[in-house]
Amino acid sequence: MEVFGTWLAAFFTLGIISFLYKDNPWYKLSEAVFVGISAGYWFVVSYWDNLYGKLYVGISVNHDYMLLVGAILGIMMILRLIPSIGWISRWPLAFIVGAIAGLYLMNYFSSNVMAQVQSSIMPFFSSTYGDSIFSTSFGTIVANIVVVVGTFTGLVYFYFSKEHVGAFGGAAKVGIWVIMITFGASFGYTVMSRMSLLIGRMDFIFGDWLGMIQ
Amino acid sequence: MKKDFMIYAVVLALTLLFYFVIPKPIIFSTAVSYIIIVLIAVVLLFILIRTIQGKVYERRIVFLFVGIAVVLPFFMSLQQKIELSPEVKALYDAVMELKPGSKVLVSLDYDPPSAPELQPMAESFFELCFKRDLKVIIMGLWPQGPQQAELAIQKISKSPDIQALNLQYGRDYVNLGFQTGNEFVIQRMGGSFKSMFQTDYYGTPYDSLELVKNISNFSNIDFSFNLSAGYPGTIEWVQIGVDRFGVKLGAGNTAVQAPQVYPYIRSGQLVGLLGGLNGAAEFEKVTGVLGKGTKFMVSQSFAHVIVIAFIIIGNAAYFLGERKGRK
Amino acid sequence: MRREIPMIITAVVGFVFLIQYFIPHYPFSQLNNWFSDWFSIIGACAIWLGALNLMKISFDKVYRKGRDWGYSIVIIVSFILIVVIGFTGGESFRDFGTKFDWLYQWIYTPLSATMFALLAFFVASASYRAFRARNLEATLLLIAAFFVMIGRVPVGDAIAGIIHLPEVIYPSKVASWIMNYINGAGQRAIMIGIALGIVSTSLRIILGIERAHLGGE
Repeated sequence: MEVFGTWLAAFFTLGIISFLYKDNPWYKLSEAVFVGISAGYWFVVSYWDNLYGKLYVGISVNHDYMLLVGAILGIMMILRLIPSIGWISRWPLAFIVGAIAGLYLMNYFSSNVMAQVQSSIMPFFSSTYGDSIFSTSFGTIVANIVVVVGTFTGLVYFYFSKEHVGAFGGAAKVGIWVIMITFGASFGYTVMSRMSLLIGRMDFIFGDWLGMIQ
Repeated sequence: MKKDFMIYAVVLALTLLFYFVIPKPIIFSTAVSYIIIVLIAVVLLFILIRTIQGKVYERRIVFLFVGIAVVLPFFMSLQQKIELSPEVKALYDAVMELKPGSKVLVSLDYDPPSAPELQPMAESFFELCFKRDLKVIIMGLWPQGPQQAELAIQKISKSPDIQALNLQYGRDYVNLGFQTGNEFVIQRMGGSFKSMFQTDYYGTPYDSLELVKNISNFSNIDFSFNLSAGYPGTIEWVQIGVDRFGVKLGAGNTAVQAPQVYPYIRSGQLVGLLGGLNGAAEFEKVTGVLGKGTKFMVSQSFAHVIVIAFIIIGNAAYFLGERKGRK
Repeated sequence: MRREIPMIITAVVGFVFLIQYFIPHYPFSQLNNWFSDWFSIIGACAIWLGALNLMKISFDKVYRKGRDWGYSIVIIVSFILIVVIGFTGGESFRDFGTKFDWLYQWIYTPLSATMFALLAFFVASASYRAFRARNLEATLLLIAAFFVMIGRVPVGDAIAGIIHLPEVIYPSKVASWIMNYINGAGQRAIMIGIALGIVSTSLRIILGIERAHLGGE
């Protein structure tokens, strides 16, 4: 079955790659199988992990009857399929939105604002407060200035309530340069990531399937 | 339609040829490898000259070069020197500082499509932990994560060094499995691990496992390592595990996500980071456990050079073509 | 009442998650546990909603014999196949060696991985056709991308060694510097900006000022 599985995987892999030549029935078939299988996969996983593992076991084994509220909200969500009573799905949606809003408010404020601002407040010309001026290397001094000025000007760029003119505009300009370099770095890493995925697939085709690689 | 069927027939014929006829494995000598590199460079130079002259190459030519850049290095005998970056060294040093017997929580939050980048990290991290006699507790916020951990441990268990350690499940490592709930899982683990993992991956009750029965929450964990391909992942672990419960965290991320977590390294919320396939290769080098991360770096190098070459070709044509237009 | 009750639900749930940050003890810890369990159950039902909707659309296409309706049959058959195998597999449905695991390993994983891998070709093609240094900002983006791409692979330092560049400006060192300092600063600015946006939007949602998620009417 493993040999058959390898050939089937290779068939679908090459089917998807055939799209690079042009859209064709082999690609469309592979894509349709992917859509059906992935929808089914998550359908099954969400059943066993949540609806059975959490809900059914929680009620029948642990006698946690508060889970029934979750079950009722879940059924309300599925009723969205029926247009005439689909409005009832607003209740579970409101629950989800409220939960995410409450959780993210403090998490993001604490980790992504407070901690980041705190670590941006640092001396330029020494490693820590208390050290004498120029007690650290030139490279560290430049790095400290780049980090603080870069963060500050980047934030200035995103402040659109004031026109970007004069000194404020100059700071915003430096900010856009920092952000462009950031995006360039992200692009470079994105290329690396996509190539890694392709290398993995080619390793399967030429290694696991065709056996051409040592 | 007829043309499509002819193409399918050619593909099938080539497949059967590669599978049954051509002798395997194929290995190019170093000299042949360098000849191939020179040939590719000459063709790229030709494309540059023709592009400057005004010819526009269709994108299928670019696709072909990307395919060649990725595939040919598999057969080449080339070695590359891998340099260590500071964030990888920082992670390695943090693990080396742990005393034997320390408890390390490893959360694998990725699925098989991200395995080319993250699986080598998992394998070399587990091997380092076992050799240092660190006790490993595995879990996952993605359903496939604990399965990936099993595959990694199965693979490294074949090495004689690991076999000599005589590792025992339940005493040296435990796989708690997957738990649904995303960041809520981390939040509730802060109170009690057992509330989230009543049994392990194999159905064994939590209290029956020697390694974890005395672990109540994060305060009993010495170090955490997260392998992440998206949501939920490193960002959630930092926001809740590190900032709320004081977890000491290192991370391995796919290259798409890695640039976004660099601010966490600067602020000390992350002790170190393995970013993408090159991060995996660097960690393999520093731990001495060479695997697919190192093997794939040659293809990665070629692919990057091809992308850069096409960017240069496109820009050269743009600028020189513009200059010609102005004349 | 169709909008008022959801608004109250949003506010109550939002406040509970907010307050449990400051009072992580009873009763907020208990409410937190209940709400997080309900969240997971609703999430699972949302996945079911999506899958059942896909089946509804596919069946409709087959019934009406819409364009490429044959592929809708493939979608339906693939879905039913994996669902039947998954449901009949029991709690250990995804263990190594099961039929579900076989479908996952030899069909889902290769298809999913290859879909992502296709992007490698398109990113290279897009770079060739569209990535132009038209102005200073685009040039900065290009230069940064160049150094990161060449510096994060060993070939960059190999070329630098051949042309005898000083080691301090080896591509790997430049790439590392860009990632740690300039990228770190830029990502931090973006991170702070996004986080402040999330904080203000979350507050608006909890207080009922933002009601887009409640729909029209």
